[in-house]
Amino acid sequence: MSRIGVFTCHCGENIGATVDCAKVAEMCKHVPGVAHSVDYKYMCSDPGQRMMQEAIKEHNLDGVVVAACSPRMHEPTFRRAVSNAGVNPYMCEMANLREHCSWVHEKNDATTQKAADLIRVLVEKIKHNTPLYPIKVPVTKTAMVVGGGVAGIQVALDIANGGHKVILVEKSPSIGGHMSQLSETFPTLDCSQCILTPRMVEAAQHPNITLMTYSEVEKVDGFIGNFKVTVRKKARKLDEKLCTGCGLCIQKCPNKKISDEFNEGLGTRTAIYVPFPQAVPNRPVIDTLNCTFYKTGKCKVCEKVCPTNAIRFEQEDELVTIDIGAIVLATGFKLMKTEAFPEYGYGKHKDIIDGMQFERLASASGPTAGVMKRPSDGKEPETVVFIACSGSRDRSKGVPYCSKVCCMYTAKHAMLYKHKVHSGKAYVFYMDIRAAGKDYDEFVRRAIEEDDVKYIRGRVSKIYEEDGKLIVKGADTLMGGEPVEIKADMVVLATAVQSNDRSEELAQTLHVSYDTYGFFAEAHPKLRPVETNTGGIFLAGACQAPRDIPESVAQASAAASKVLGLFSQDQLTREPIVAVVNRQAGPTYSYCVGCFLCQTACPYQAIEQEQILARNGEVIKTIARINPGLCQGCGTCVATCRTKAIDLQGFSNEQLYAEIMTL
Amino acid sequence: MRIGYYPGCSLLGSSREFDESTRAVLTALGVELTEVSDWNCCGASSAHVLNHELSLALPARILALAEQAGITEILAPCAACSNRLLSAQQELAAHPEKIAEIEAAIGMPYKGTAKIVNILEVLGRLKDQIAAKTTKPFAKKVANYYGCLLVRPPRVVNFDRPEDPQSMDLMVKAVGATPVEWPFKTECCGAAFSVTRTDIVAKLSGKLVKDAVKRGADVIVVACPMCHSNLDLRRSEINEYLGEQHGIPAMFITQVIGLALGLDPVALGIQRHMVPVEFKETAAASAQ
Repeated sequence: MSRIGVFTCHCGENIGATVDCAKVAEMCKHVPGVAHSVDYKYMCSDPGQRMMQEAIKEHNLDGVVVAACSPRMHEPTFRRAVSNAGVNPYMCEMANLREHCSWVHEKNDATTQKAADLIRVLVEKIKHNTPLYPIKVPVTKTAMVVGGGVAGIQVALDIANGGHKVILVEKSPSIGGHMSQLSETFPTLDCSQCILTPRMVEAAQHPNITLMTYSEVEKVDGFIGNFKVTVRKKARKLDEKLCTGCGLCIQKCPNKKISDEFNEGLGTRTAIYVPFPQAVPNRPVIDTLNCTFYKTGKCKVCEKVCPTNAIRFEQEDELVTIDIGAIVLATGFKLMKTEAFPEYGYGKHKDIIDGMQFERLASASGPTAGVMKRPSDGKEPETVVFIACSGSRDRSKGVPYCSKVCCMYTAKHAMLYKHKVHSGKAYVFYMDIRAAGKDYDEFVRRAIEEDDVKYIRGRVSKIYEEDGKLIVKGADTLMGGEPVEIKADMVVLATAVQSNDRSEELAQTLHVSYDTYGFFAEAHPKLRPVETNTGGIFLAGACQAPRDIPESVAQASAAASKVLGLFSQDQLTREPIVAVVNRQAGPTYSYCVGCFLCQTACPYQAIEQEQILARNGEVIKTIARINPGLCQGCGTCVATCRTKAIDLQGFSNEQLYAEIMTL
Repeated sequence: MRIGYYPGCSLLGSSREFDESTRAVLTALGVELTEVSDWNCCGASSAHVLNHELSLALPARILALAEQAGITEILAPCAACSNRLLSAQQELAAHPEKIAEIEAAIGMPYKGTAKIVNILEVLGRLKDQIAAKTTKPFAKKVANYYGCLLVRPPRVVNFDRPEDPQSMDLMVKAVGATPVEWPFKTECCGAAFSVTRTDIVAKLSGKLVKDAVKRGADVIVVACPMCHSNLDLRRSEINEYLGEQHGIPAMFITQVIGLALGLDPVALGIQRHMVPVEFKETAAASAQ
């Protein structure tokens, strides 16, 4: 006969105001198997927990129902308390009186009755509970960081400085990300390259960091502490060890008219190239789509001029599989293209550019060497219009969210322009100025007050070209909606920050959830901002939501500390809520008939085939076996199993039937 | 193809040539039009400003009559008419509780089953046939003017791109014309101010006419009676406002197609325009 204790919590007014807790405690005393039942104002408090532990000893209880809030809130708290009193933690269950009863019902007898019923159900369940013990798994103390922007570099450096190995995977030929493209950074106007490039070099030279540039994650198997990641090292078409980065091949490459990605299409590059002079590693790649040799079979100039014979035209992509303990995603963002704006000429006009293109125009390392020249004819623009919220906060563009960084970088752009063209006029159309951050609002005020940038609160309905000018038609809503028409030489759209290309594909490869817009989802928006719902996978930077540099770096260090925490243990403890396949004595051995329907249903590839062998080695039966390290306890296999051979520990069929039958 | 037809008041009055050319072109393309009998005003432009119930009841009566006649698809060439019919149909579909009240007002059952189409949708379906039957290619540079009601609000009309529509451009290309790149496709012409504030119409439509000429257009093509009357009927006020004499004609899309199909210009109502449809001998035309 079970000796179960029931502890009913008032949760202050949360439950107590609606449910008659004293009456519930009294009613529960009469449920068969209940040896002790009390109520208390705050069961989760220290006196509450102590009361519970004393009751366990005094009444020799072997199971506990805590009737309080959601198990998501306090199940770990109460299980720990019960465990300290010598009862197996999995013999403690929580009846959710708050979310499932008091918060959703009026105060009356039926509500109190429902509370008692919720407890009675769990009392029946506990009678069928068995003690469970945590699963221990080993940890591979090597981290993989996916994405080599400022966030990825910071994560890698922090983990490496913590004494663990890091593999930094970057899809483009160099690390550095978007930050390496920026001219100056807000709110200090310090040079982006000057603060980033030393970090890039540090990452490349760190003994604990292995760079894998021009590489992409292809496949991820395994689980927290024990991932197996397959990385595709795309062929650079040269031997990286022989190449010295002298750049002779780049100088001599005859194919010089290829649109340059690093300069956002505002400049050109060669077919064999490094994305920018400060690239890390300083090793070129051959763009096989544009290389004359790959198109016509002739040329090979680079091979002829290379002093170290490093060019390898026949080099193939290489697949590398690595054991990894933790993964940090720092894959960044992309900007909405000007093509997405039919009202602004959908990218037809060369002088309507996006924010990143402006960064390149303003950058000392950009196509104009930092001299303000507009893309169409190279003239210095006398009037520039900046349009904030281009696409952001606009349902019709599919982006209802705020892109967060645009208010600040638009103010910065207007300032940079005014600093370069003193006689120029800069206008900013905005909806609201969202400059929340240290020294941020002061920065915007500086643009308005010191640099004389004209801020107009209103939207731009249309831009068209007339007599070589871009006519910007908008409204000034602070002047009663007065129509405004500005003849501009250049227009900069602060286009929306969007999730990176193929981020959804990557999320599916890693079993990480993502939102409607393709940004990776954090485990909890407030309390677990850098973790994902998949154990051992963390997030940093703009792959989670639009982020600026300080936030990305802060989040990166937070993710690194999570990884270091994980790596501080030699073994990981996992909840034993996993599925198990029934085993018993011969001649049945198991209810499992080996149909392996469960294997196709399992979303975590946790189900393997196991052979039951006779003493002479003969195979008697092939049945399913669940790898407890991989199983996430979702229960899909349980539902699929035709012979009811699989049970989820802690939620067995028997336990659930017992709950239902008591109602 | 058989299709229901709701001409609306403009097509009987100031824009008779839109009615004539629509009937002529569709007949030539083998489309049979069944006019809704005993039709009434759609309510534009005043009902939806003054009395919401009336703005639902007027279009609902037209749609109910069409349903009674077994019409499943109804063509309303006037952009304001099709806009009002669509708005009322969508509001009643979203709020079925209003139907009983409307049915009581119009004295007949309303289901809202008839699909409402504009003239560009109907012509779009026949584009291959139009291209095939073109005997006199309309080799002109064309400024396609869509106005506001044809493509807006997108939620209601759900037709073409609201910022930079393309359907009329594709249509005139099919009959040999060259559309000009024109930023004013959906700019306001002044609409119903045609009657009360001709000065505003002269200013707004003046901008359109001037820019179309500047971008080398030979003709402005429209698909809305209100647009047409502002660009054609008010041309003298426009020219006076601009202080320039612009003789660029404004034509209905159906007239352009009719001419290309070789139909009699008089049957298309070409002679009814205030600005005569005459073209300078352009390089493109002489090359033909």
